[in-house]
Amino acid sequence: MAAVKPIDFLQAPSGASAAADAEAGLAFRALHYMVLMREVEDRIERKLYRQGKIVGGVYVGRGQEAIAVGVGLATEPEDVLFPCHRDLALYFIRGVHPRQVFAQYMGRVGGLTRGKDGNMHMGDLRLKIVAIISAMAASVPVAAGAALGIKYKGLPHAAFVFFGDGATSRGDWHEGINLAAVQKLPLVLICNNNQWAYSTPLEKQMACKNVADRGPGYGIPAEIVDGNDVFAVYQAAQRAAAHARSGLGPYLIECKTFRMTGHAAHDQALYVPKHLFEEWAKKDPIDRLERHMLRKGWASQEEIDRLHREILQLVDESVAWAEQSPYPDPSELYDNVYETPSGQGSEV
Amino acid sequence: MEVTYLEAIRQGIWEEMERDPNVFLIGEDIGVYGGAFKITAGMLEHFGERRVIDTPICESAIVGAAIGASFMGLRPVAEMQFADFISCAFDQVVNFAAKCRYRWGAAVPIVVRAPSGGGNRGGPFHSQNPEAWFVHVPGVKVVTPATAYDAKGLIKSAIRDNDPVIFFEHKGLYRRIKEDIPEGDYTVPIGKARVFQEGKDLSIITYGAMVYTARDAAEQLAKEGISVEIVDLRTVLPIDEETILASVRKTSKAILLHEDTLTGGVGGEIAARIAERAFEYLDGPLVRIAAPDTPIPYSPPLEDAFLPNVAKVVEKARWLYRY
Repeated sequence: MAAVKPIDFLQAPSGASAAADAEAGLAFRALHYMVLMREVEDRIERKLYRQGKIVGGVYVGRGQEAIAVGVGLATEPEDVLFPCHRDLALYFIRGVHPRQVFAQYMGRVGGLTRGKDGNMHMGDLRLKIVAIISAMAASVPVAAGAALGIKYKGLPHAAFVFFGDGATSRGDWHEGINLAAVQKLPLVLICNNNQWAYSTPLEKQMACKNVADRGPGYGIPAEIVDGNDVFAVYQAAQRAAAHARSGLGPYLIECKTFRMTGHAAHDQALYVPKHLFEEWAKKDPIDRLERHMLRKGWASQEEIDRLHREILQLVDESVAWAEQSPYPDPSELYDNVYETPSGQGSEV
Repeated sequence: MEVTYLEAIRQGIWEEMERDPNVFLIGEDIGVYGGAFKITAGMLEHFGERRVIDTPICESAIVGAAIGASFMGLRPVAEMQFADFISCAFDQVVNFAAKCRYRWGAAVPIVVRAPSGGGNRGGPFHSQNPEAWFVHVPGVKVVTPATAYDAKGLIKSAIRDNDPVIFFEHKGLYRRIKEDIPEGDYTVPIGKARVFQEGKDLSIITYGAMVYTARDAAEQLAKEGISVEIVDLRTVLPIDEETILASVRKTSKAILLHEDTLTGGVGGEIAARIAERAFEYLDGPLVRIAAPDTPIPYSPPLEDAFLPNVAKVVEKARWLYRY
């Protein structure tokens, strides 16, 4: 599984000569991870999936990269992360290599689950990153439990749990937040409100205007940020983390964004009015960050182009590695149901 | 020292909390109130509110939080106030806890305590035996002690186990069963049945409160010259096939007895295994005795008709003996 130590490609690119300026350095790191997430997911969704090389579903976070990256860069390595299925960059920030992600999607042993599960269902406790299950919001009480563990042990960390607008309708979401609020647990809740849950629009999901409106109902602070502005997300995450770490309890951040794809690769999202895609395309978080960096003089177009080229090269190499990774042997079917094999039902 | 089944569980938890500072309790009304059945009485005062956590009413979050805390190196013991309410936490048990190790190598060392069982006029939501739901879930272990000795030894094993364990404690046994048990530390292995009583004419394979129904039936049958062997499964997942098959090979006749309802119950699974692996030893049909496929009713004549009892077991055993 993944190495705990961050690997080479995580270093800020050479173009960060302006890194004396911390903001510029942060911008470079953010851009790196956002582009990496975008390119890895594009390769999976638009190429490998169509080539039949992905064995199952594909769920991407195109247009939402600023959320995973903005929050991820505000966390510390000992914080426990509970990504949802549109937060791929969190894995890269924690040191997972893109080749492991490709192998994961292809059902190979080089993936984080060795083919036991697919797509974004992956985690590694050594990296403090917990795998989701398909029933969204189930992670919220579990993250509350991790936060409870942090508090129990008197550690200065926090748990960060990610979910979409749709998940906020589920009972687990309510139970988890309520428990965390009552116990004042160090839990940061990050909603990527992309306005669609599969084909269900927000107004059919909830009768209140914002997910953040629900915060006061639990007695916790909640704020709304522009989810396509990585700096805004980063700063909100810092506020939330400071709140959680100081023993004041959970903090909810609603990141307003838009799902620039269907629910999954098979879904053309014909139910989404076309003009919405066009409007939100203008707010693309990567374009915005690049324009900002150019305007501020933090990077030249040449440096940005080089970052893209290097990432594409990394993606090519990673796909090649994943395609060489073997499929699991069928005998692995029986491994790790329990710590020691129970011998149940394995031969009839 | 003579203790009740309830006191045995309580002792087991208490000793594990003294032994391991990472063991803690989480559930509804377990602290100040001491638990609906007083299993955790006095624990808040002794161990403090950090380790005895009263929660809102939220079974799903209780199990979910236990899972998350276990990722941080803790050993949570979660209480469902009644086993009937574990359905509210079903997703956390079967989709989260049960599958983490398999999917991504994360151990989930949690215990979910579930007071189960009828006979207390509790009606449809305070009497159920939902163990079979979880017997169908690879990745969890399901424990069903009948004796005070096993209750203490198994709760300790459950707390030390590195996989999720659902601990069904039968409410009807809490104060009814009193036994001498050793003081101090001992464990009973999960996944091992035991022969509760030896016999030669037929085997009754059972668990939980029905062990005593089988015992009382066996006492009557003995007067008629019918010698009954009773196998107490103690754990219903994983099932100790060896002990079951050894008993059936010896007696050649088997009754599968449980308080849970008939269809899809543990008895059917055991019958299938006997048929597959000990068919040639059988001298009679496999007989299941269980509650009927109805909800558990409230009114005494209805609940009495629902629960398997000594008379039913004696009647079926006589029939099988003569077969």
